[in-house]
Amino acid sequence: MERVIGESKKSFMTGNEAAAWACLAAGADIMFGYPITPQNEIMHYWTRMAPKYGKGFLQTEDELSAGFTVCGGVQSGKKAFTATAGPGNVLMQEPFGMAEAMRLPLLAIIQQRGGPSSGTVVYSQQEVSLTTYGGNGEGHRIVYSTSTHQEIFDYIIKGFNTAWKFRFPVFILGDGYQAKMREPLEMYDPESRGIKMEEAYPLIGLGGKIGQDRGPSHLCNIYSLEEELYEVITKVQAEYDALAPQITEYDEKFCEDADIILVTHGVVSRAADDAVKALRAQGIKAGYFRPITLRPFPQQELRAAIAKSGAKKLLIAESAIGQLERLVKQEIYGETVKIETLFMPGVGIIESDLIDKVKSVL
Amino acid sequence: MAVQAIPKSWYLPSKPHKFCPGCGHGIVLKALGEVIDELEIQDQVIFGCDIGCSLLSWNFFACDSTQTHHGRTTPVMVGIKRSRPELVCVGYMGDGGGYSIGSQHLLNSAVRNEKVTLILVNNTNYGMTGGQMAPTTLPGQKTETSPYGRDPELTGYPTMGPEFIAQLTPDSAYVARATVSKYKQLKKYIKSALRNQMEGNGFSFVEVLSTCPTNWRTNAQQTWNFLEDEMEKYFPVGELKTPFGKGDK
Ligand SMILES: Cc1ncc(C[n+]2csc(CCOP(=O)(O)OP(=O)(O)O)c2C)c(N)n1
Ligand code: SF4
Ligand SMILES: [Mg+2]
Repeated sequence: MERVIGESKKSFMTGNEAAAWACLAAGADIMFGYPITPQNEIMHYWTRMAPKYGKGFLQTEDELSAGFTVCGGVQSGKKAFTATAGPGNVLMQEPFGMAEAMRLPLLAIIQQRGGPSSGTVVYSQQEVSLTTYGGNGEGHRIVYSTSTHQEIFDYIIKGFNTAWKFRFPVFILGDGYQAKMREPLEMYDPESRGIKMEEAYPLIGLGGKIGQDRGPSHLCNIYSLEEELYEVITKVQAEYDALAPQITEYDEKFCEDADIILVTHGVVSRAADDAVKALRAQGIKAGYFRPITLRPFPQQELRAAIAKSGAKKLLIAESAIGQLERLVKQEIYGETVKIETLFMPGVGIIESDLIDKVKSVL
Repeated sequence: MAVQAIPKSWYLPSKPHKFCPGCGHGIVLKALGEVIDELEIQDQVIFGCDIGCSLLSWNFFACDSTQTHHGRTTPVMVGIKRSRPELVCVGYMGDGGGYSIGSQHLLNSAVRNEKVTLILVNNTNYGMTGGQMAPTTLPGQKTETSPYGRDPELTGYPTMGPEFIAQLTPDSAYVARATVSKYKQLKKYIKSALRNQMEGNGFSFVEVLSTCPTNWRTNAQQTWNFLEDEMEKYFPVGELKTPFGKGDK
C-alpha cells in the first residue's frame, strides 16, 4: 500500500481535514458524498487530494444516492466511504439499512449537527439514536464515538479494518465541534505502527469464467417467507453478539471508589474528564466512564464499573435529550444505581456544567 | 403612478436582508414582491423557501411563509395547493435544491402539472454550504468540489432545467428562464408564472440566472461579466412555454 504520510508527523488542523487524511492513509479508494455542513471540508480535502493519489470521488445528487453508490462501491470490492450529517444522515438510513442487511463494509463519517430537520449546522449529539439504530432493522452496525482529532484519525483507520474484517457497516460518529475546531494530532501510515490493513475484496465482478471457474454471485436482499428472514437475522445477531467483545471499546477512570460515575461520550467526555479531576481535587469521589463504541455497547464493562465502585449514582450528560441515556438504560437494565441526567440538546457541555450538576445531586 | 421603492408585500422588520452584497437573490425577491403587489395577492400567497441561501427569505415577505427542507419545497407546496387550492403557492429554491436533491419532485410535479409556481435561482453553485459544484456549474468552472474545474467527462454537462421541464409538461404549463440582469423581463416572467397558477392552468416554473460573488470570489465587474458573458451564453434566457400566446425569446 502506498505510504501517504511518510514519517509520522505532528499536525495542527481541523477534524475534517484529519478525517480526509485518515481515509487516504487507510487506503480508501473512493468517496461518494453530498455537501452538508459541518462535514463539507472532508469532501473538499478529498477532492483536492484524490486525483494526486489515484483515488475516486463523486458528488451525487443527494444523500440517498451517496449512500447507495457507496454500497455499490463496496460490493465491487473497493474501500468506499461517505461523510454526512443531520438530514443527510436521515436520508442515508435507507442505504445504511441495505448495508446492514447485506453485510456491506462501508464506512461513514457522521459530523452531528443540531436537529430535528435542518436544525443548526453547528453541533449536537442528537444523531446517536439514528446512527446506532436508524433504519428498519436491528442495529447491526459498529459505531465509534470519537472525542479528539487524534481519535478521528485513529478510528477511521481502525474503522476500515473492522468494517472489512467483520463485514458490518462502520460509523465514525463525530460532531460539528470536532469537525471545525483545530487541534494537534499525530498522523501516520498504519504500517509504520504495525497496523495491518485488511484487504478489500469484491462480492460481485469476481473474474474468471462463470460456469467453468465459478458460479455466478447472487447477492440477496429480500426474502419470500417470514421464516427465511428470521433465520438470516437470527444468524447475523448471533454473529454480532459473538464478535462484540472483540469490537467493544470504552474508557474508564477513577471508578474504583466513585460515589458518582459520569457517563458521557464523544466530545462531552473531554469535559467529563476535566470535571472528574476537578471534583476529585475538591474531595468529591467522581468517576468517569465513556463508551467509545456505542454499538456494540460496553455493557459488561459499565456494569462492572458500577459494581466495583458501589456508586450510588450515574450522571448521564449529553448534548441531546436522552439518546445516550436510552442506550445506557437498555444496556444496564436491572442495576439499581440511581440515574441523574444533564441534557443540553444542541449545545456544548463544559466542565463547570458537570461540576455544578454533580454538586446539586450529591 | 409613483414607483414604490419597497414593495408593500415586503416584511420591513426583516430588512435590511441578510444576503451578501452583490447577491442576486435580493433582486429576484424584489421582482416577486412587486408582482405580488401588482396582482394584489399578498393575503393569498403562501411563500415556501428551501434550505440553501433561499432560506434567508423565510421572513422576507409580509405573506404567510414556511421554510421547508433542503430540496423538499416542491412537495410541501404541492401538499398545500392540493389541500387548499384557493391559496397561491410560491416555492423558492436554489439550483442544488431544485435540480439535484429535489429533482425527483420537480420532475414528478411537472409531469402531474401541479398548479404551483416555482422560482429556482441558478447561481451555478451551492451557495449556502460554501460553494460546491451544482448541477448548473459550467464546464471548467472551479468550485470547492470541482477544484480543478468541472470536467464534463466525469460529471456531465450543466442541467438545462427549463428545457427539461418544458419537455415534461402539457401546453397549459408556463416555463421560462430569466436573469437578474434583465429586471423588467424577470418581473414579467414571474408575473406570468403567478397568473398561470391563479388561472388554474398548470405548472409554472421560472429559473433565474443569478449572482454569487461570495463563492465565485469575484468583484462587481467580474460578477456581472460572469453572469452576462458566461451564464447567459450557456443558458438561453426566454420563455419556453406559455399558455398566454407566443413566447418571448
Ligand atoms: C438533506 C440535506 N442535505 C444537505 C443539506 C445541506 N445543504 C444546505 S443548503 C445546501 C445547498 C444549497 O445550494 P442551492 O440549493 O444551490 O442554493 P444556494 O445556496 O446556492 O442559493 C445544502 C447541500 C441539507 N440541509 N439537507
Ligand atoms: S453565498 Fe452567494 S447565494 Fe448565498 S447570499 Fe451570498 S452571494 Fe448570495
Ligand atoms: Mg445555488
